[in-house]
Amino acid sequence: MIHSLFLINNAGDIFLEKHWKSVISRSVCDYFFEAQDKAGEPDNVSPVIRTPHHYLINIYREKIFFVSVIQTEVPPLFVIEFLHRVAEMFQDYFGECSEVAIKDNVVIVYELLEEMLDNGFPLATESNILKELIKPPTILRSMVNTITGSSNVGETLPTGQLSTIPWRRAGVKYTNNEAYFDVVEEIDAILDKSGTTVFAEIQGVIDACVKLSGMPDLTLSFMNPRLLDDVSFHPCVRFKRWESERVLSFIPPDGNFRLMSYHVNAQNLVAIPVYVRQNINFFETGSSGRVDITVGPKQTMGKTVENVIVTIHMPKVVLSANLTATQGTYTYDPVTKILVWDIGKLNQQKLPNLKGSLSLQSGAPKPEENPSLNIDLKIQQLAISGLKVNRLDMYVEKYKPFKGVKYVTKAGKFQVLTVPSHV
Amino acid sequence: MTAMQKLLQLPVNAVNIVKTVQGVAQGQEEARSPVLTPDSGQQNWYSAVQPEELRHLRTASTTGGGGGEGGGEWGEDRGTLEEGLSSAQTQPLRHDDLKEMLDSNKDSLKLEAMKRIVAMIARGKNASDLFPAVVKNVACKNIEVKKLVYVYLVRYAEEQQDLALLSISTFQRGLKDPNQLIRASALRVLSSIRVTIIVPIMMLAIKEAASDMSPYVRKTAAHAIPKLYSLDPEQKDQLIEVIEKLLADKTTLVAGSVVMAFEEVCPERIDLIHKNYRKLCNLLIDVEEWGQVVIINMLTRYARTQFLNPNINESLLEEGGEKAFYGSDDDDDDDDDDDDEEKKAEAAALAKRKPYVMDPDHRLLLRNTKPLLQSRNAAVVMAVAQLYFHLAPKAEVGVIAKALVRLMRSHSEVQYVVLQNVATMTIKRRGMFEPYLKSFYIRSTDPTQIKILKLEVLTNLANETNISTILREFQTYIKSMDKDFVAATIQAIGRCATNIGEVRDTCLNGLVQLLSNRDELVVAESVVVIKKLLQMQPEQHSDIIKHMAKLTDNIQVPMARASILWLIGEYCEHVPKIAPDVLRKMAKTFTNEEDIVKLQIINLAAKLYLTNSKQTKLLTQYVLNLAKYDQNYDIRDRARFIRQLIVPTDKSGALSKYAKKLFLALKPAPVLESPFKDRDHFQLGSLSHLLNAKAGGYQELPDWPESAPDPSVRNVEVKDSVPEWTKCTSRKERKEKKVEKPFYSDSEGESGPTESADSESDSGSGSQSGSEESGSGSESEESEEESESEEEEEEEEDEEEERAKKKKKVDKSKPKKPESAESDQSSGEEQKRIRKGGKDRRSGTESESEDESESESSESESESEEESESDTDIKKKKKTAASKPPPKQTKKESKKETKEMSLLDLDDFEPTPSPQVTPVNSFLSNSLVTDLEGLSLTDTVLAPTTIAPSSSVRLYELLHRITGEGLAVEYCFSRQPFSPDPHMVAVQIQFTNNTTSEAKSLHIEEPKLQSGMRIKEFPEIEVLPAGESVNVVMGIDFCDSTQAANFQLCTHIRKFFVSIQPPVGELMTPAFLTENEFKKEQETLLHGQLMGMNEISEKLTLGEKCQSEHVIVERVTSTANLSRVPCGSDKESRFAGKTVSSGSLVLVTVTRKDGAGALLTVNCEKMVIGTMLVKDILQALTQ
Repeated sequence: MIHSLFLINNAGDIFLEKHWKSVISRSVCDYFFEAQDKAGEPDNVSPVIRTPHHYLINIYREKIFFVSVIQTEVPPLFVIEFLHRVAEMFQDYFGECSEVAIKDNVVIVYELLEEMLDNGFPLATESNILKELIKPPTILRSMVNTITGSSNVGETLPTGQLSTIPWRRAGVKYTNNEAYFDVVEEIDAILDKSGTTVFAEIQGVIDACVKLSGMPDLTLSFMNPRLLDDVSFHPCVRFKRWESERVLSFIPPDGNFRLMSYHVNAQNLVAIPVYVRQNINFFETGSSGRVDITVGPKQTMGKTVENVIVTIHMPKVVLSANLTATQGTYTYDPVTKILVWDIGKLNQQKLPNLKGSLSLQSGAPKPEENPSLNIDLKIQQLAISGLKVNRLDMYVEKYKPFKGVKYVTKAGKFQVLTVPSHV
Repeated sequence: MTAMQKLLQLPVNAVNIVKTVQGVAQGQEEARSPVLTPDSGQQNWYSAVQPEELRHLRTASTTGGGGGEGGGEWGEDRGTLEEGLSSAQTQPLRHDDLKEMLDSNKDSLKLEAMKRIVAMIARGKNASDLFPAVVKNVACKNIEVKKLVYVYLVRYAEEQQDLALLSISTFQRGLKDPNQLIRASALRVLSSIRVTIIVPIMMLAIKEAASDMSPYVRKTAAHAIPKLYSLDPEQKDQLIEVIEKLLADKTTLVAGSVVMAFEEVCPERIDLIHKNYRKLCNLLIDVEEWGQVVIINMLTRYARTQFLNPNINESLLEEGGEKAFYGSDDDDDDDDDDDDEEKKAEAAALAKRKPYVMDPDHRLLLRNTKPLLQSRNAAVVMAVAQLYFHLAPKAEVGVIAKALVRLMRSHSEVQYVVLQNVATMTIKRRGMFEPYLKSFYIRSTDPTQIKILKLEVLTNLANETNISTILREFQTYIKSMDKDFVAATIQAIGRCATNIGEVRDTCLNGLVQLLSNRDELVVAESVVVIKKLLQMQPEQHSDIIKHMAKLTDNIQVPMARASILWLIGEYCEHVPKIAPDVLRKMAKTFTNEEDIVKLQIINLAAKLYLTNSKQTKLLTQYVLNLAKYDQNYDIRDRARFIRQLIVPTDKSGALSKYAKKLFLALKPAPVLESPFKDRDHFQLGSLSHLLNAKAGGYQELPDWPESAPDPSVRNVEVKDSVPEWTKCTSRKERKEKKVEKPFYSDSEGESGPTESADSESDSGSGSQSGSEESGSGSESEESEEESESEEEEEEEEDEEEERAKKKKKVDKSKPKKPESAESDQSSGEEQKRIRKGGKDRRSGTESESEDESESESSESESESEEESESDTDIKKKKKTAASKPPPKQTKKESKKETKEMSLLDLDDFEPTPSPQVTPVNSFLSNSLVTDLEGLSLTDTVLAPTTIAPSSSVRLYELLHRITGEGLAVEYCFSRQPFSPDPHMVAVQIQFTNNTTSEAKSLHIEEPKLQSGMRIKEFPEIEVLPAGESVNVVMGIDFCDSTQAANFQLCTHIRKFFVSIQPPVGELMTPAFLTENEFKKEQETLLHGQLMGMNEISEKLTLGEKCQSEHVIVERVTSTANLSRVPCGSDKESRFAGKTVSSGSLVLVTVTRKDGAGALLTVNCEKMVIGTMLVKDILQALTQ
């Protein structure tokens, strides 16, 4: 299966290598660099690269390429999914998955990789088990370690690996028992110039932070589970009960985890929380263009729209922008040609507006393409689909936990086209 | 020390800089792998000098290792250079520093050293010279040191084989450790050390671990198998044995790992899977996600070899239909159908003879994998999707679309792989993704490779109905800034135009408009596509060709110029005036053109020469002359060849006569095909599919077999349940195969006439032999059917196994009869049979269905056992016994009584010559029990083991064998008082362990009860050995309601949610009243508190068989746990009972009128109970 792993930063340095079978020279990465050159953007590097003797399957996350070396047939998704798990594990352990964090914790990283794969086949990929084996670094612990010389390897044996619920470690104890659930929904939409919805859908996830003692058995039910069209679960969720009763019944992992992801039934019309009036023109003569954008709240269910950011990828010929924003600030990066307008909170009374002129490269023809706007936003205390958690029950354990549910709506891939409607 | 730290933190760049400073040779070596090429020469040189000096210099207590140390110092002196500034003098000592730390007594120092060494390894630096110092610490007590030593060892052992051997004994000791985790980790490291000399040790360790008690150790053993195999492929045969053994393992922990080992070592040994197939299917959902992927992929291959193509018939129908209606338009689907039409025709003939019935094992796989589409793991979802794509009937494949569309919202790498697979799927099964069209719309933020794949999918999905939407979408894409993507979009439009005739003109017009686009790339791509489109219908488009001719002045992209020239040449007749002019211009620029353009200029010249030689003769010659001296030999060759062909000379042969035909022949229009066409011969989701080339170790997905291999190979023998007389194996196997079918077809809702014909002849012969050999033959046959029904049937009555053979047989035949319809039918049969008489019944049954033949064999058996009785009697009796619906409340005190009873009451009794005294609730024995109760009711009655449920008590299923993973649980209401709490209903539960391993600690957890309800759990069953059954009794206080009691049934590994719902009749216990008491109570109830509210009377018509008092009594008491109250009138039957929980009286009176009419009266304080009871009794009596 997975033979070796190389971590490569944006500058092309291989800063970590790990081999699970015999050693493969790092020169194999040359093929990867070649493909990277050809692709230009990191996003465009093909996830699977063929070399004469190996296959390189890679992912790009947090400015790091995870390049794995494969020698024989294996489902590519198997490797890709695993590499993402590795990245998530780093995130989980070090708070961030960055080159610095990995270099600082190289021994822990190595120990983790050692436990996660055996002979190239995944062994322990559950965060709960790994944390039992290898304790995540904390400032306090590293200080204690340096003073006492004690280690960050768990003294206890990983009994979790033996249990039928490998995602939960045994003997969890908390003084404050609490369970928090975040219902986070993202609107993916394409709107055309007139504001008509070309395409819109809602993806949601329920992220949980469960800190409960013992082996609690939780049941989470919804007021309106019919809304959910397509779901995927953490392995702890009992699928049979979902099928028959539409409730989530599970023994949770300890700590943070993603309980489920869902997709809201496409038949339900998606409420679009904002509208955008925009006009971006380029003039045939005079090497200039005009921008006029207004953003206003639409179906927001009485909640405030926050963190509104408008991002525009301008055509290459746009040299600079001279604009005035009635609210928020704007920046234009002449290198990447990206115009960012950070609006902040949307005000019903006074709609934010960005207006002004663009100067173009002189002599260049008028750009043909019209840039589209990417919108970012956030609405607290609202799940735009209307999904509501009904109740959370706990069985087996006797204590009374503190329970909390939070709703957030965000923009996912939210795009406003500047070309006229075609639907 | 500080220097060292600095060194360790030096960026990688530093190494590179140094590398360039060093000699070229060394640099190269580094670029390969420092580790693979230990430089022995230098090693020797260093070890000769350095260690000696060092010892003097440092006066440290360096211990041994003198011989081994000092290796690989060349990696060291690079370190020297790096640190050169800080302390040049101490440099060569750096590793010795580490060695010293490793040799110290302090764990913290050792740990620090090991951490640095691991950091070196992680950065790809050579640390092999430290091997001797490190390996000494393998037995270190500190866990982290130990772990890091393992990391080091696994990395370098291969290079230092001799020294690595020093560590082996430590691991061997670890293998014997009482702690399973230590055993496992020892095996893991031992097997990871790639040292050939320890192969026998590894082999031994693996074998031992494979039969370890701990599943975790067995899992590690499974992991070790491929390691050993890659080290020494000679061991294959022995390893296969281990794999075979581990495949039989029943724990989820092992399943994924052993299948992974199977796939790496012996994927061709598909026969090893047979016996484990069902188990794997059933375990699948609980296996960890990575294991699931491996198992599903393997099972896909397995299913392809073992089952029939579920789409044989459908594709046939479809093919016929589509051909007739759409002709050739529907190219995607039809193309491949054409290819194997012959094969299909054959299959058609086959199919006509035998309608397709899906093997239940095939169904099992589909059913058990489907929930995994909801997995969070993309690889699992993909694995299930490919399984459905390759194995499911066409109508069912659709379920995967939604899940795959979901994956598209994941990371871009996941999207990339999923889209590749979706692209392949959309070619074969377009309809599946059509509802999700919009999910494939492209965003400007998508990476180009994703955009192009989405475009591919959109193109594949285009059809007459959605093409306009798609084209409009494409129009926006053309305005994108991403030029590669725009080019791909234009190609896609071209493909839509060729595939869908209706929009060809629209597309063409659109593309022509693009010709005026400012972007040359767009224009060029359009030209290329237009060329392809025009080739389909050139006559109508001469103006487009003219338009394009003008473009030659502006377009510089070679491919586009070449396309235009080719078009003009090909259709020069349509543009007779322009063509020569174009050639003139081209002749001018010939020398500056690209090669492909030059070739097309030559072509154009030749074609014009042939059609219009007057105007173009000179031009052509000029062009050919230029070409003759071109640098490119292709062009020179082409010129020479064409000159010979078109300019007639003496030498030129017969060919030149045909020049016109050669050049101006009608060329077939190109077919614009998806690059994903036919990729599905690779297993989807595989690396090979993604690359469209076979990757190493790829296992071909076999074609469906023409006829299904023997399905019985997957039957797992349950030794204990098959009594010894089934050992006439050869016949058994043959029979099993044939008889199996009707069962399956039942579940599929079909039953082929041919199949039942098969089984008929079979059972016929069986019963004949039976009659001759006085029973033994037919018995064995019976048992075959039994063992098989155990496997296949949803219901099981395993506890019967330990009972008399005879009884078992009767029970077994029960579940095969659906309740009502069947019994009618068979009672009809019965009458027929009586008419025929005993003598010829054998021949008579030959033409009857399988059910009959079975009951027939039971007849012949009964004949042998109860010879004393007359033929007809037995026959009648047996028939009814066999054809009755399952619920029976009859119990016998003894064999003798049984006989009496059966004589009295032929209709309802199965002869049960059980020698056991079974506990009691038949109407007859009730009073007897009561007497006993009064006298000697002791705990013994309640001891779980003493209550053996009689076959006639109705059994309910609590946990099916399949869902229970081999643990079958049934329960019945034993109608015994529950001694620990008289307010509880006693529920007898029988556990049967059908697995081959022990089930441990069976107990109840987490009851979820309605308020007021209570459960008295049965004592935990500590061990239930494989193949055995055990009975326990638990009490439930249902609070006189028929609400179900829900709880979890737990084994040592699993928990199952189960529920028990009592029939209303089981909520009461008999009350023993005299006639007077009865009347008194009835009146109290009537005129007492509630004034008649609680008397419910219902008129009814007694069923045909319920006319006699006996039957009425029996029916009522079997429905409800009541006792009979003596009664003066023979027209009336009275029954009395009390509800278990609250002790409310329940009085039932059945008064018979003339004929079949009767009146049922129920008095009860509890309205609900009363009403329900009336309903139940009515049903029992009117049947």
